[in-house]
Parts: sequence; C-alpha cells; structure tokens
Amino acid sequence: MLKLPIYLDYSATTPVDPRVAEKMIPYLVEKFGNPASRSHSFGWEAEAAVEEAREEVARLVNADAREIVWTSGATESNNLALKGAAQFYAGQGKHLITLKTEHKAILDTCRELERQGFAVTYLDVLDNGLVDLEVLQAALRPDTSVVSVMFVNNEIGVIQPIAEIGEICRSKGIIFHVDAAQATGKVAIDLAELKVDLMSFSAHKTYGPKGIGALYVRRKPRVRLTAQMHGGGHERGFRSGTLPTHQIVGMGEAFRLARLEMGTENERIRMLRDRLLKGVSDIDEVHLNGDLERRVPHNLNASFAYVEGESLLMAIKDLAVSSGSACTSASLEPSYVLRALGREDELAHSSIRFTLGRFTTEEEIDYAIKLLHDKIGRLRELSPLWEMVQEGVDLSTVHWAAH
Amino acid sequence: MFAPIYFDHNATTPADPEVIEAMLPYLARQFGNASSRHEYGRAARRAIDEARGQVAAAVGAHASEVVFTSGGSEANNLLIKGAAACLKPGLLAVGACEHPCVIKPAEQLARRGWTLAKLRVDGEGRIDAEHYAAVIERKPRIVSVMLANNETGVVHDVAALAEGARQSGAWFHSDAVQALGKLAVDFRRLNAAGVHALTLSAHKIGGPKGAAALIVDKRLELEPLIAGGGHERGLRSGTENVAAIVGFAVACDLAVKRQAALAEHLCTLRGQLERGLLGLGATLFGQAAERLPNTVYFSFPDIDGETLVGQLDRAGYAVASGAACSSANPEPSHVLQAMGVAPERARGAVRVSLGRGNSEEQVAGFLGTLQSTLSRLQQLAAMAV
Repeated sequence: MLKLPIYLDYSATTPVDPRVAEKMIPYLVEKFGNPASRSHSFGWEAEAAVEEAREEVARLVNADAREIVWTSGATESNNLALKGAAQFYAGQGKHLITLKTEHKAILDTCRELERQGFAVTYLDVLDNGLVDLEVLQAALRPDTSVVSVMFVNNEIGVIQPIAEIGEICRSKGIIFHVDAAQATGKVAIDLAELKVDLMSFSAHKTYGPKGIGALYVRRKPRVRLTAQMHGGGHERGFRSGTLPTHQIVGMGEAFRLARLEMGTENERIRMLRDRLLKGVSDIDEVHLNGDLERRVPHNLNASFAYVEGESLLMAIKDLAVSSGSACTSASLEPSYVLRALGREDELAHSSIRFTLGRFTTEEEIDYAIKLLHDKIGRLRELSPLWEMVQEGVDLSTVHWAAH
Repeated sequence: MFAPIYFDHNATTPADPEVIEAMLPYLARQFGNASSRHEYGRAARRAIDEARGQVAAAVGAHASEVVFTSGGSEANNLLIKGAAACLKPGLLAVGACEHPCVIKPAEQLARRGWTLAKLRVDGEGRIDAEHYAAVIERKPRIVSVMLANNETGVVHDVAALAEGARQSGAWFHSDAVQALGKLAVDFRRLNAAGVHALTLSAHKIGGPKGAAALIVDKRLELEPLIAGGGHERGLRSGTENVAAIVGFAVACDLAVKRQAALAEHLCTLRGQLERGLLGLGATLFGQAAERLPNTVYFSFPDIDGETLVGQLDRAGYAVASGAACSSANPEPSHVLQAMGVAPERARGAVRVSLGRGNSEEQVAGFLGTLQSTLSRLQQLAAMAV
C-alpha cells in the first residue's frame, strides 16, 4: 500500500535515516555530557563523539577534520562565511560576487553586507541555470574579495563549475565560498583538488538531523574569518556556543553513510528520476527547467504551461512537492530562480520541483506519473487559454481587454 | 565499573525521558520542513507553533514574544548585537560576572564605538548598588544582568535593577538560562518592572542541546544575526530544528511543574553539602548572597581546583572547576576576580551543581570521598615542602 502524500521534496529536507537516529539517542540519554566540560568523563565522552563526527564530515569531502567548524545549519554557515570573510578581508577590498539564483541565505546576507557598505554583483545565469565563466571573469574587480557560488542549485539541481571558478579565484587571491548544502551525498566533493576556501554543509538535506551544519575553513592556504557569534570561544573561536552532541553525532553518521552509499544510491535515484522524466515528457507543453546533463540525479523541475500554479498544487496534493524552495514557499511570488533562467511569470508559476531520495520507490514514481497525467488533463479541460491554444491561436498576438 | 555521579548540572543536564519521547517522532516520520506547504511541512509548523505556546506559557510570556535560536549563546549574541545595531552607539552596561556570551559581544561593541561599563559586584557577587546607580545616571542604552550566575549561583534582584534603570530609557535584558527550573521566572512580572528580554536554554533544564529562546518585548527592535529566508519573524533565519524545539517545550512544561518541589529537594541537599564542606574547612563563594538552590562554589586553602576535580572524577564524582565553556582556560574565573577573590584562592575553586537525580546518599558519599581526597592531597603537599 502506498502511503499518501508521497514525499518528493527531498531538497526541502530529508527524513533522518533510522541508522542515524539510533546513533543519536544515547547522546540524549546516558552520554549527555557537555563536550566543553574538561573535568570529568561525561565531558570527555561527548568531546570524543564530537571529534569522531568531525572526522566523518571531513572524510566525505576529503578535508582535514581541523578544517570543519560546527554551526547550527547551512544558513548560519553561509552567514559566517560571507560576513566573516567580507569583514576580515575588508582591507583588501569590499566587493563580492554571487549569482541571482543563490539560496536566500546567501542573497539576504549579501543585502545585509550592502547595508554595511560592501558592493555586491549578482550575476545572471545562462538559460540552463549555469554560470557563464566569461561573465564571471568580466565581473571581477581589483577590489573583489569574495566570490560565492552554490555547488548544486536547490530548485533546479544544476551543478555549477566549481573547479573552474576555484582556479579563477585562486589565481587572483580571491576567497571562494561554496554553499554545498544540496551537494553532499549527491556529487563527489574533493577539497584536496577543488580550490575552494570556504564550504557550507547541512545535515538535514543528507538524512541527518535539523539544527546542525558545518563550515569548511581551509587551512592551507589559511583562510581567516571574523567570528559572528561570541562567547566561550568554542570551535577555536570561530563559533561560540555549547555543541549539541547528539545532533553532531547524527551529522557524522549521516555523512559517513553518504560516503559509503552515494555511488549505488545515486544510480538508483537516477533511474527513478529518468522514469519520472519519461513519464511526464509525453504530457503536452511541458518545459523542463535547468540543464539536464550537469544536474544531480535527484532533481526534476518542470513547468506545465496553461495550468494555474495554485490549482495544480491543490490538484496533486497527494504528492508532497514544492513550487520552489521551501524557504520562500510561504510567498506566492513565482520562483526567482526560474525567472533568472528567463521563464516568464506564467511558466514559473506553474512549475513543480520533484526531488527524489533514499526512500523513494518505483511504485511512488508510477503513481506520481499517473496522477500528473490525470490532473493536468482535467485542469486544462477547464482552461479557456488551453482551448484557444488547441484551436491554433497564438496567444502572444492576442490583445487582452483590461477590466 | 560503576557509573559516575553527576554533580555538574549547570554545565548541562540529561534529557528527561518524556522530552526524548516527544522528540523521537520528529527524528522519524514527522520530518517535514516547517516552511513547506504540504502536509509534512504543515505538521512540522503545527509542532513549532504549539511549542512556542508552551515555552511562552512556562515564563508567562506571549507566544509572539518567543524567538527560537540554536542555543543560549546565540540568544545572548542576538540581543546584545541585535539591539545595538538598531541604536546609536552609546553606553552599554553588563554585569561583571555575566557569561562570556554576554561579555564578549559587549566587548565587540566596545571596539565599534560603544562605551562598555562592567557593573561591579561586591565580595559576595551581588551587584554593587552605588556603582549601579552611578552607571544608570550616565543613561546606558542597553543593560544586561543575569538572573542567576552559572558559577556561584548568586541570584540578582533583576526586577529591582530594571526598575532602577527605567528612568535611563535603556533596554534591559536578563540571561535566565541558569534560573529557569530552579526559580520561578515570570516574564510578565519582570516586563512590568522594566525587563524587556530574557534568554532561556533547553539543555540546562532537561531538554536537548541545540534549542533555546530569546523572550523579547515587541517594542525592542532587533537586527537579526543570521539572515536568509526570514524565519522567526525575520529575527532568525534557518530551517527550524523541530525535534529540539519540541523537546525544549516539553522540558519547559516539566520544569515549571516541578520547580517548587525541585527547589525544596535541592535546598535540602545543598544544606547538607554546605555543612559538610564548612566542616572540612572550605570557603563558600557568595555564601551571604541569595543563591540558586543547586549551586555550591567553594575552595580549600592550598588545594588546586583542577587537581581536586581530577581526583574526584577518578573517585566517581563529576564536578567542575569553573564554567564548562572556559574549562580549557587556565586563567582564574572572571567571576571570582570580579568578586575580589585572591587569584591563589580562585585557582582552588570547585563547583558542585546538583540536579533532580541527585540524592542525600550521593551527597554523603561525596563528602566522604572529598575528606579522604583532601587529606591525601594535603599529605602530598606536606611531603613536597
């Protein structure tokens, strides 16, 4: 029996893997010590668990454990990275570059930096969602201090050319930050190879708990940051506050499982995604958003023309999907990411993000395909626009009367 | 191997079984992102709304006055830096014995045009009334004095201090992290007296690490510390930690329900412990001040605190030599320094902080172990001379 609604929103958050939850629970119960307590075994036990988890996070991305700083999540990591680097290196320049399609945690932080007197260039992306390296090159200024580009886009799943951007930034001595919240467990990340200085991670997008994330801070060449949270001097002064041991243990285990299983898991998910892709491709007037090659296998983002977005979401409420990023889903604004790809508001409005994950089954995908066929067919029957299109009217030539 | 006895509840507490039970569904099938509009997301949102009401009710606040954060340190940083960002730089007054997560942000502001006044305390750790009045005369814009101190347990009459600061027009904040669950904490009453914000933390009251709250009067304008998505009315962005927030709420419920009986139990244990310590020749810090019912901070002449704590750990008692988060720091406690305790005396400081699971037998056992440990250390010291 299928459990409804079917969860196809793994980019918003993932369930905690039962193996992860099992590892976490002892650290809520008998191993509850404060990892900062240096005077007794409760504290040492907690500290050892924190350090083991740090090793696991580092291992997934081929970094040194000493380069991993715990935070409360990717949003905090992004804030710490951008504000911390911009403020620390302000003497070298006060210009940052990012993309229009970044997550709100980057865009809102950049807005705040602008209020603090920094200049920010927000780059357009190509129609396929990828950054144009020449456009990036052209945007560099002598006072550019930080470039921030996400590894994998949260709405359309495209993979940005991180290695190439790293080369450009390193050659100019510019700090390069990457938001990898949507990348861990989905693409291989090798920080010994990539010329990335700062990288943000989240646990809850990779089958770990909410409330924990990390920031990679490169040691060679050494990257410095201005701390944003002050207090007891935890995390070598980068980030004060009692470490939530159970959540950290959960992130460590989640990243360990990702390292061991991502190879086979991603192939299985790619098969399912391709099945979904094939299933919806034979619906008329479906537009796929974002490059299909340079993309994680978990994501499909499609616009269903001549269907009104809200009605579509209502009609397919047996599918837990989203019309954009969860963090902006409270607003009825069309996705700013899709608009940046050049989609008109109408199409952006009728777009659905399907994100698949570890617990998605073939049966669920088949159900979703059938439901989409049924409901989109029915919604279009009710649409006067669709009727005109069927009669061969070119809608762009129609002059609408104002009411 | 016997389980060591935990006497370090001011550092952190074990999560209550009821708290864990309430959290588990959110680590399993109720995993939605509270910002998602589908049923998974709405279920998470309902859980957070309910938790917000519970946390508010525990301290007599309104749900709309609760801002969830990742911990007490973040809540204190948010208040100090967030309030300052909305004001013209001026005078900022914080207690000399505040937690580092109040003092360090205040020191940061002092590098950016603010003037920092550290409120003096007397030899017992109480705010020096005369100095306080003089600072208030200078019209500070922000005042922060904790409800109860984490090291000494000294309780400040925050309502009276806030009344005293009212004429200055300052925003008055109090870190209530150590007070919650041990004392009655009533934000409405404090708010009426002129307190505008309180910091609470889950893991000090039998809740999980990773959740805390700033209770804040809506007139107090704050600039967020963490931007991106506009969660928590724009004051704190980031996907909500649903499981920890739910656990925090249950811990608040339990803390309030149990507070009176727990305080009585802890007072009995503390009395027993203090009589024993005084009999062994200890000095109790803040002895004459009103203190939390669970905290005893003491030292013995010529006995190094770190050494004593290490010996006690080996004998099966987990106690602290100072605040947990600065345990790595060999400097004598800033709290004892502010109280005018001589450095050699301060280096002997040991903190016992009792909790719900502790018993009279455990305290008696501890006193016995302490006595034999002390005489061994004293013999060693005599041999070394």
